[in-house]
Amino acid sequence: MAVGVRYLAGMRGRDDSRRARPTAHELARYESLFAARTRGMKSSAMREMMALTERPEVISLAGGLPDTSTFAPELYAQLMAKVAAESTARALQYGPTEGMAATVACVVEVMAAEGTHVDPAEVIVTTGGQQVIDLVCKALIDPGDVIVAEAPTYPGAVPTFTAYQADVEQIEIDSDGMPIDALEQTLDRLQEQGRRPKFIYTIPNFQNPGGVTMSLARRRRLVEVARERELLVLEDNPYGLLRYEGEPLPTLHALGAQSASGPGRSGASDLVIYLGTFSKILAPGLRLGWAVAPRPVLEKLNLGKQGADLCSSPVTQTFVAAYFAERDARGQPAWVGYVQRLKDLYRTRRDTMLEALQEHLGGRAGWTTPAGGLFVWATLDGGIDTTDLLARSEGVAFVPGRAAYVDGRSGSSSMRLNFAGVTDENIREGVRRIGRTMGGDTGLLGTLSATASSPAPASAPSEPAATSAAPSSPAPASAPSEPAATSAAPSSPAPANAPSPAGDAPEPLADVVALPRRDAPDPARPVRRRRDR
Amino acid sequence: MNAARRVAVLKGGGSLERTVSLRSGARVEHALERLGHEVIALDAGPELIARLRECDPDVAFVALHGRDGEDGTVQGLLELIGVPYTGSGPAACMRSTDKALAKYLMRDAGIPTPAFTAFKESAVRDLGVAAALEDIERTLAFPLVVKPASQGSALGVKFARSRDELPGAIVGALSYDRKIVIERYVKGRDLAVSVLACPREADARNAAAEPLAMPVVEAIPREEEFYNYESRYEIGMTTFVCPAELPAKTAELAQQIALQTYRLLGCHGVARVDLMLDSHTDELSVLETNVVPGLTETSLLPLAADAAGIDFDELIARILESADTVR
Repeated sequence: MAVGVRYLAGMRGRDDSRRARPTAHELARYESLFAARTRGMKSSAMREMMALTERPEVISLAGGLPDTSTFAPELYAQLMAKVAAESTARALQYGPTEGMAATVACVVEVMAAEGTHVDPAEVIVTTGGQQVIDLVCKALIDPGDVIVAEAPTYPGAVPTFTAYQADVEQIEIDSDGMPIDALEQTLDRLQEQGRRPKFIYTIPNFQNPGGVTMSLARRRRLVEVARERELLVLEDNPYGLLRYEGEPLPTLHALGAQSASGPGRSGASDLVIYLGTFSKILAPGLRLGWAVAPRPVLEKLNLGKQGADLCSSPVTQTFVAAYFAERDARGQPAWVGYVQRLKDLYRTRRDTMLEALQEHLGGRAGWTTPAGGLFVWATLDGGIDTTDLLARSEGVAFVPGRAAYVDGRSGSSSMRLNFAGVTDENIREGVRRIGRTMGGDTGLLGTLSATASSPAPASAPSEPAATSAAPSSPAPASAPSEPAATSAAPSSPAPANAPSPAGDAPEPLADVVALPRRDAPDPARPVRRRRDR
Repeated sequence: MNAARRVAVLKGGGSLERTVSLRSGARVEHALERLGHEVIALDAGPELIARLRECDPDVAFVALHGRDGEDGTVQGLLELIGVPYTGSGPAACMRSTDKALAKYLMRDAGIPTPAFTAFKESAVRDLGVAAALEDIERTLAFPLVVKPASQGSALGVKFARSRDELPGAIVGALSYDRKIVIERYVKGRDLAVSVLACPREADARNAAAEPLAMPVVEAIPREEEFYNYESRYEIGMTTFVCPAELPAKTAELAQQIALQTYRLLGCHGVARVDLMLDSHTDELSVLETNVVPGLTETSLLPLAADAAGIDFDELIARILESADTVR
């Protein structure tokens, strides 16, 4: 077979006269230019798979999206016209780094609506809430510094933490949010190692992705712990006003301010950096969020923002100010009415999702019952890997739980489901498809696992269609996490006659990101490049 | 030597390797432009055939990876509509892309490949393969690698250290393909040998291009742990050395085996053969063959070609010529 074979050894430089193209040399050059932190930034196979779900025929429960179709087009046009006509020069000009005064006033108004009273001087307007996470890391994190976060945590925070080379400690949450005794144990353990976290990152309300809410007792205790140990808390609260039932709980910022008042204390929160956003109560396309922070931190955030983008868009800031000035027929602020309409819509969709879960995954999975927000977190029985399930699933997308863990491995049996940005019929059909796919998986697993202890009767093929019985199979590979307490959903079954998927064109998954790892890179390795393929 | 031609670069598509393919394609386009050709970029989708008819290229440069682009589907369609194309023909694509078929062919031809078995999902569902798990354990021994038979994403590659982990690994891998390969895990060094057709410049037309093995590339994972097997296929988790630091004899043998594999599978123009060098026995074995190797800034084929003194434009020129030579 091997006749006349010629081999090329490592010879170089044939025909050097040709122009040099990006070659090994050039690549090595780039490699030597890239900052060490870029090693933590990488694409992942999961990202690739998520990209494939962005097709029209796929029902996406994966997004982190509010439903922007509910905003009245006429009002949008009217406000933009107003901004254009009345604020031309201001809207088109650079603005102050900390934000325009009129926009800051809106921030103060939104926070007051949640019972948190802040001094406008402590506010900085940012380009989305995401920028707050980035700026806080920029101000506080040196490589190797510790951040304590919840497990699971906001998937979009993970690449930011990783990019700053933080060492992230994740604390498993339950139905009441982060258990503070577990937090204290972690803090003690770190202390023994001579380490102290730079901040504790928490999403107390309707957590993303867990859907759970931190109890009042835990909020109080967290503030106490932070005060005792002089730690900063980054309170990420995008959904606080989207509560569908129950009484609102005070923000950590408000509790921190309470605990700070007293002789010799300012009354301002010196423990909590608060993160808010207009994305969920108004529109993410505005790219406007904010931080409220203790003054010394605020100064650093401001400096960091100057370097990042000088200021957030005055066009959208002016838009927000114009919107907040709007009054409805009864003289109420228009934004309050809009949030109320969103709440009514999302509440219905949440209930639809909980019903669909009960109908299609009942007895085979557990899930959280969020009192607000955008997400349900479901955990499948039988150790089924949700990343694999996504690969197998036909016509439905969700966020595999692994994306919410910094190690990229835990949470493998869980998934995040968005109900807010999806129509009722697509919610029902999407969950039905998940159930059907899972039925295929458990069927196969049951068939294979049955013989792990005793030989299977060869004549008993499993029923692949979505049936109920989950096998008592051994859990494979990584242990599935059970972060959130699960509870039975309302029992009235939804009609199963889901129509074919339509509408709700899937959007790119803005907050679904790579699965970073905190593995230390090996700078000693001589060569040369990363693998593509 | 090259007349300017209309070249359609096929890239993207709907596979798990779409992003890499888009990057490969973009780079190919630039190279072809520098070589003086007229370039038409085509993202493979429902309009592919219509677009090809519309732009009527002289030749199609296949820069599609994974499903459809690498498994013979696109190649067959291109033959159907009469557009010459680069690289391997449909049969070679199918033989290479189906790891189960490739491994059986290699086994029968005496080309070393790790011990394995392969079956379809229906074997689990309808034929009671569960009762044969013991035989898998007996003949292959743990740890085992379970992977989708068709080439695809790292996500589908599962590792089973024990009998308990095997069912989950099988079902997991079956999520990515209806057919899987269960293979003995070989601990050792990851090597890759790219093979490139070397046209005889005097009579390139219709003359069988003679394949040439490029210098061996070694992939060094940043982590060695078993449980992290998947990460070895993750972008950024591996560094590459070329030429690999190997005894001359070993490197030569790896190249020889790669050429044998290339010929066995009937590849044409270009291919990359991935091998393992067993750290205990020092034996080489073939894991798989890629008929459309990546062509990005960080892919192995350009790296190997560069080490052989073939710059990227020349590499692309050679692959383009493979469209004109008899398969």
